[in-house]
Amino acid sequence: MIRSLLILGILAFFAVLLAMALGSVNIPLLDLWQTIQGEGSALNRTLLMDLRLPRTLAAFATGGLLAVAGALMQVLLRNPLADPYVLGLSGGAAVGALLAMLSGMGALLISGSAFAGAMLATLLVFGIAHGTGSWTPSRLLLTGVVVAAGWGAVITLMLAITPSYKLPGMLYWLMGDVSYARSPWPALTVLVLAVVLIMPLARNLNVLARGPLQAAALGVAVRPLEWMIYLLASLLTATAVTTAGSIGFVGLIVPHMLRLVLGNDQRIILPASALAGGALLVLADTLARTVIAPEQLPVGVITALLGVPTFLYLLHRSR
Amino acid sequence: MSKLSTRDLIINVPGRPDGFALNLSVEPAQVWGVLGPNGAGKTTLLHTLAGLLPARSGQVVLNDTDLGEQKRRDIARQLGLVFQERQDSFPATVMETALIGRHPWLSPWESERGEDQALAEQALTALDVDHLSGRLLNTLSGGERQRVAIATLMTQNPDIWLLDEPTNHLDLHHQVKVMNLLADQAGAGKTVFLCLHDLNLAARWCSHVLLLYTNGDACWGPAGVMLEPSALEQLYNQKLITVEADGATLFVPVRSGPKP
Repeated sequence: MIRSLLILGILAFFAVLLAMALGSVNIPLLDLWQTIQGEGSALNRTLLMDLRLPRTLAAFATGGLLAVAGALMQVLLRNPLADPYVLGLSGGAAVGALLAMLSGMGALLISGSAFAGAMLATLLVFGIAHGTGSWTPSRLLLTGVVVAAGWGAVITLMLAITPSYKLPGMLYWLMGDVSYARSPWPALTVLVLAVVLIMPLARNLNVLARGPLQAAALGVAVRPLEWMIYLLASLLTATAVTTAGSIGFVGLIVPHMLRLVLGNDQRIILPASALAGGALLVLADTLARTVIAPEQLPVGVITALLGVPTFLYLLHRSR
Repeated sequence: MSKLSTRDLIINVPGRPDGFALNLSVEPAQVWGVLGPNGAGKTTLLHTLAGLLPARSGQVVLNDTDLGEQKRRDIARQLGLVFQERQDSFPATVMETALIGRHPWLSPWESERGEDQALAEQALTALDVDHLSGRLLNTLSGGERQRVAIATLMTQNPDIWLLDEPTNHLDLHHQVKVMNLLADQAGAGKTVFLCLHDLNLAARWCSHVLLLYTNGDACWGPAGVMLEPSALEQLYNQKLITVEADGATLFVPVRSGPKP
């Protein structure tokens, strides 16, 4: 249990190291070490400390946030195929971000607007699903899917009326791109705090995965717990989307693969998701930066290209 | 030992008149069997007694305090329930499933320790599913899963055991084994309260019986008094033949139509 987390931690560390070393200019490990110690050339230092390190950390935090949010959503909806965007949160964020871009706002306002859009989407889905009746996972899921389709239509409409010179930036945002990240620290802080906060509740989540009645019979206060998971997962996803646009498949694939290997104990799955999701996005972003360097691909394209076949394979193989 | 009782309890079966209010007093060492036709409200009663469903009126009282005023965790340490239907959306092993019974006894930062593991192993052995402990639940048969669910309750180890048709899916030998286990637990001071469809299991293992009618009427008392053929015929709308065997009155339904 501790060992698997340790292995994932080491993997994540090497992923970060690789991301630091590779790029338009490859830096040998020795130079990397010297630069970290404050020696080496000024060019290398700028490249590593001002460009690659923040971007790598932002990628790590985003991947970790998405994977943890995905794992939480899967328990909340009792559906191993749920992902952080399943309830239409990324659509709300995208509409917020595109609105800001359309009106020519700066990067900070785009982030703020995306975050506001994500939170609005969360409240909208929860409010409608809650409605007058009971709040069942299938009802929440259906509401989310329909609201997401609505956001999709609004996004298409906005793209259709946007002057063409603004389109590339918008499309990159929609596909997810870590180069938008301004500072990795807010996302990293949210990730660490969320994992620390959720760990004492992880065994409650294990019981909740057996269904709300069984959980209540075993002493879990189900409704407050479900509220908390929903709000926390939304906050994590909103932070991720604000940091790097809507990056698909990390939140779906990472917890799902980890469950296949490590079982379904949330006390392991949640921290493991943070590490593995972070490592995966760091690697995907490194690929996005290097594959057709100096040009860059949006990282969301890479995660989708890797994620779709992997997921289909897992689905095909599972009973 | 915890004590469960009800005060003027009317369970909430949608679209049914209030019927007869329940004033039960379920004591340690008793084995209660709830009998009634489909839709009489047996499951609703069990869920209401566990505090999982609100009553239409009246109270469920656990140790002199209204159930609604107690924390779920405190309730779960005294009272446990085997459900008739179970969800398993995520794969889990038999051992993991038994161990979640320890949940109400562990603080948030605690993990299951050796003694919790030992309790789970004992329970799995008592229900003949110890050899399956590493298997995934969704690969088991219905009867094996039923036994794992009872083992989970045994691992939880509350004073009051509520069981919704615990002999469902079980073969004859394991029906007897489960009923003996429940009787042994009652002998050790536990309170056992179960829904049943098998009159003969009730006749041989239950100390008390509650008859629940579709219209909301109910009557209860010691098994010997309650298991009257005429009352049971009315309850199930089914003619019965009574047979004396092994010191108990057993019931066989009258067959209508041609014999094979």
